Amino acid sequence: MSRNLVLGGLLSSLVALAALVSFVWTPFDYAAIDIPNKLKTPTGEHWLGTDHFGRDMMSMLMVGARTSLAVALVAVGIGMGLGVPLGLTAAARKGSWLDEVIMRGNDLVFAFPSLVIAILITAVFGAGAVNAIIAIGIFNIPVFARITRGAALSLWEREFILAARVAGKSSARISAEHILPNVMNLLIVQGTIQFSLGILAEAGLSYVGLGAQPPTPSWGRMLADAQTMVSFAPHLALIPGFAIILTVLGLNLMGDGLRDWLDPRLRVART
Amino acid sequence: MRPNLKRSLVSGLALGATLLASQVWAKDDITVAMQLEPPHLDPTSAAAQAIDSVVYSNIFEGLTRFMGDGAIVPGLAESWEISEDGKTYTFKLHDGVTFHDGTTMDGEDVKFSLDRARGEDSANAQKALFAGIADVTVVDPLTVQVTLSEPNGNFLFNLAWGDAVIVAPESIENIKTAPVGTGAFKFSNWVQGDRIDLERNAEYWGAQPALAKATIKFISDPTAAFAAVMAEDVDVFSGFPAPENLPQFDADPRFQVLVGSTEGETILSTNNKQPPFDNVKVRQALAHAIDRQAIIDGAMFGYGTPIGTHFAPHNPAYVDLTGNSAHDPEKAKALLAEAGFPDGFETTLHLPPPSYARRGGEIIAAQLAAVGIKAEITNVEWAQWLETVFRGKNFGLTIVSHTEPMDIGIYARPEYYFQYDNKAFQDLMASLNETTDPAMRTEMLQKAQTVISEDYVNGYLFQLANLGVAKANVQGLWVNAPTAAIDLTGVSWAN
Repeated sequence: MSRNLVLGGLLSSLVALAALVSFVWTPFDYAAIDIPNKLKTPTGEHWLGTDHFGRDMMSMLMVGARTSLAVALVAVGIGMGLGVPLGLTAAARKGSWLDEVIMRGNDLVFAFPSLVIAILITAVFGAGAVNAIIAIGIFNIPVFARITRGAALSLWEREFILAARVAGKSSARISAEHILPNVMNLLIVQGTIQFSLGILAEAGLSYVGLGAQPPTPSWGRMLADAQTMVSFAPHLALIPGFAIILTVLGLNLMGDGLRDWLDPRLRVART
Repeated sequence: MRPNLKRSLVSGLALGATLLASQVWAKDDITVAMQLEPPHLDPTSAAAQAIDSVVYSNIFEGLTRFMGDGAIVPGLAESWEISEDGKTYTFKLHDGVTFHDGTTMDGEDVKFSLDRARGEDSANAQKALFAGIADVTVVDPLTVQVTLSEPNGNFLFNLAWGDAVIVAPESIENIKTAPVGTGAFKFSNWVQGDRIDLERNAEYWGAQPALAKATIKFISDPTAAFAAVMAEDVDVFSGFPAPENLPQFDADPRFQVLVGSTEGETILSTNNKQPPFDNVKVRQALAHAIDRQAIIDGAMFGYGTPIGTHFAPHNPAYVDLTGNSAHDPEKAKALLAEAGFPDGFETTLHLPPPSYARRGGEIIAAQLAAVGIKAEITNVEWAQWLETVFRGKNFGLTIVSHTEPMDIGIYARPEYYFQYDNKAFQDLMASLNETTDPAMRTEMLQKAQTVISEDYVNGYLFQLANLGVAKANVQGLWVNAPTAAIDLTGVSWAN
């Protein structure tokens, strides 16, 4: 295992742990407003200080991690759940009209600037975590469809697929039983990358007020709220900012590490 | 060569010094920033406060006008006489007043403006101001007689509003993009999304303003507003959107911070027709659940005066009724139980963009949650707010500041968006309008304040403060905002 994978995995699991722990315990109630104690810098009681409403930053950060991870996870789920079958179908029917429809549809979605469309979707259908998930999820579909099709196409040329075909298996069964397991490593790597992009997208949407709505904490909104207070309470912006950086960095490192680890060609080259 | 060089050096220095001096002396332009850009520039056909901020007293003038301290003084009308029965006002107009396009301002223009405002198809946002006018007659070019159907003690006050400014039939067609008024400044240019330029009206009938040019810039983002003031890109910011930054400006010798009062009663507006808010006990519970001071401190960083009714605290007729709705969560819970909601209920809370609403809303949602009321927050833009809340009346709760002066009369309009329908109150307002005796008016206004406070029509939060930042040597700015205006006629640079 590479250093990237260890470091990335460590950072990512730290965030995941914070999110999980927040379900059962946070230092304070994340929504408890305590105006007299507002804008406290980190102390023994409030580890990361308090925000402009006197809410505990540590608790908000933990619950915010939950929001970020949940949105990104479901969005990647949507992308994989729809994109992978589409990609497999397109590869199995290479050159057919179905392949054309799927792939040109993908191109169409790809052609739109994703964050702008995500803003459009949430602006039309209302701001909120669910719409943010859908908006981010839609743009994950072509990513997975394309990567699956590309990898599957080369597999379809291989002898073991031919053998399966001769054995009388339908192309759907071949896709599920032989192609999918062989593209899984690629999907896992891509999934990690998309996951980190999803977290960034969620933060971006929340920053412009279209993500999770208050009082549900979200890193992007914490940043937005801190904007006018940077000059006298920089920790309000630095803390969620670092959280986003570390999470995205961790996931990207993990993605890199996983690719090195899972890719058979690289593995051979190393030994 | 040498003496020549010396001479040119000396004259060059002298020239430089003169230029420098003239620059110091000639500082007669100003850049004023405000947050919202007006949709157009006709104050007589829209409610947008941003229009008045730009044009009031600068471009357009009315028969009477507000001063910065709230006093009503003569404007285009030099003087007036009121008949014995209080129904006929005879206005004597200033002589020699011209519009910016060179046409003269006379009785016909006054008649045109008032008839246009009160007409059937009038687009005036405050038609109620003119409702009592029965007839407008031009006696001679400088005398206009206005007859009211009932005496109206507020008539001169009504005429001071931006909605009652005098416009000319010759230039009415393009008033929205090229306003032509009688004011001390002429409209010169509008770069949409950026700024409006005004220049001194050399033909002005009154005292010439000290400023030759004024630029009004629109900066909506609070962070950008802070940066623009800090970098001295703007000389004045009227209605500074981020109260949390004011202490920093205050500590900086380059700037002065102006904290005054506005006519903005900031309220937790409640849909009185939507169950369970049709039950007065529920509304009372709401009122006791709210901690005003926490909202003022948390959302406005301490700027704002608590109110217990829909009335401005700086008005002499104000009664402090905050005691009717003191913060008492236990009492709120008991009232909810009495009303049949021991476990609270769910409702919606629509929040328009200003920070008093967005931040105040988060605090109020937490305070309501403490007594069991779950208010789901929806952040909306102004257009959406007007559509859903104001016109559609499709809301439970919302936070908004009612910035019109002396607007307690809205509680007598059952179709108004919070839908308060109380016959006794409507009668009280009707008789108030017919009363001219100041003592009796005060008494009636106080009664009106008490009625809506004890009916807990809305959650009364605080009087919005007028927050401004300016360079230290700008003088003559309005500190208070008796009406929405950035009156530049008296503004100048010190030294």
